[in-house]
Amino acid sequence: MTDRVADFESLLRQALAPVDPPAELEARLEQTLGSLVGMAADELESWELSAVKDPKNWIRLARPVAAVVVGSGAAVGLVLVRTQRKRHGRRREARNRVDLVGRTLRDLSREARRVVDDVF
Amino acid sequence: MAAAEGTRDEEKAKLDDAFSALYRAHLRDVYSYAYYRVGNHHDAEDLTEQTFLQAYRHFARAQEESKGRPLRPWLIRIAHNLAANYYRDRSRRPQTPIDDVGTLSAPHTTEALVESRQDLERILAGVHDLPDDRREALIMRFALGMDNREIARALDRSDGATKVLLHRAIKQLEEIVKKAEGPTDPS
Repeated sequence: MTDRVADFESLLRQALAPVDPPAELEARLEQTLGSLVGMAADELESWELSAVKDPKNWIRLARPVAAVVVGSGAAVGLVLVRTQRKRHGRRREARNRVDLVGRTLRDLSREARRVVDDVF
Repeated sequence: MAAAEGTRDEEKAKLDDAFSALYRAHLRDVYSYAYYRVGNHHDAEDLTEQTFLQAYRHFARAQEESKGRPLRPWLIRIAHNLAANYYRDRSRRPQTPIDDVGTLSAPHTTEALVESRQDLERILAGVHDLPDDRREALIMRFALGMDNREIARALDRSDGATKVLLHRAIKQLEEIVKKAEGPTDPS
């Protein structure tokens, strides 16, 4: 490799070539960003609990409520997708069916905590 | 009141558009960074996803504070912090992504290809043996093509300190690779 020492940076560039993200990740991210965060963020800011008492505001308030419902649905979906993606690893590591169920529940709760941290 | 709400909606829509553009422009950068940082596709996907969710939450402020400067260093800094938490949580080191070495574009003979592949594997293994800050700087420079100033912003260092960091990283990596190759034939 002596003649290539001078060209070490070029080799380094080849070794660390950019990696294309999987198409599946792109689709999932676009969906998540579009529905989950994009929809709810601004609506939630204008949430005023006192306005609930005034019927004139009910239609306006329905929008953030709808955003919360849609956002929660998407969050649940995200938890399920992330948990589902780890199923092969769980199956490989589980000693028996009971252990597999335990591992699945632990993954579910961990992913739910992560989604809550990420979004809220 | 309705006018104010309309203006806010317009601002929000503009912000969302700007974020979409940022996302499209830098998804590959964030993914590449995450991949070389954690060493496997599965965790790199998670890290990329979390990076963009975090970025969205703080995008308005970041845009304001950047005063028109590129936001890629900020994005990579988020990924860098998340990766640090990832290792703290799971107390593990990155894995060497040997499987993916071999993205050679020029045609090679079989022998040359094997030799090149071995060189790249040694370099990649060497990169993962470097101290964290040196490894990060090399990933940013060579995988993402960031310049000194961008790397400095991502790592929160001065331009001068970043230049020295990169120089030392390359020097140390050369030594690691040389050692991995074993003694050379004196003839």
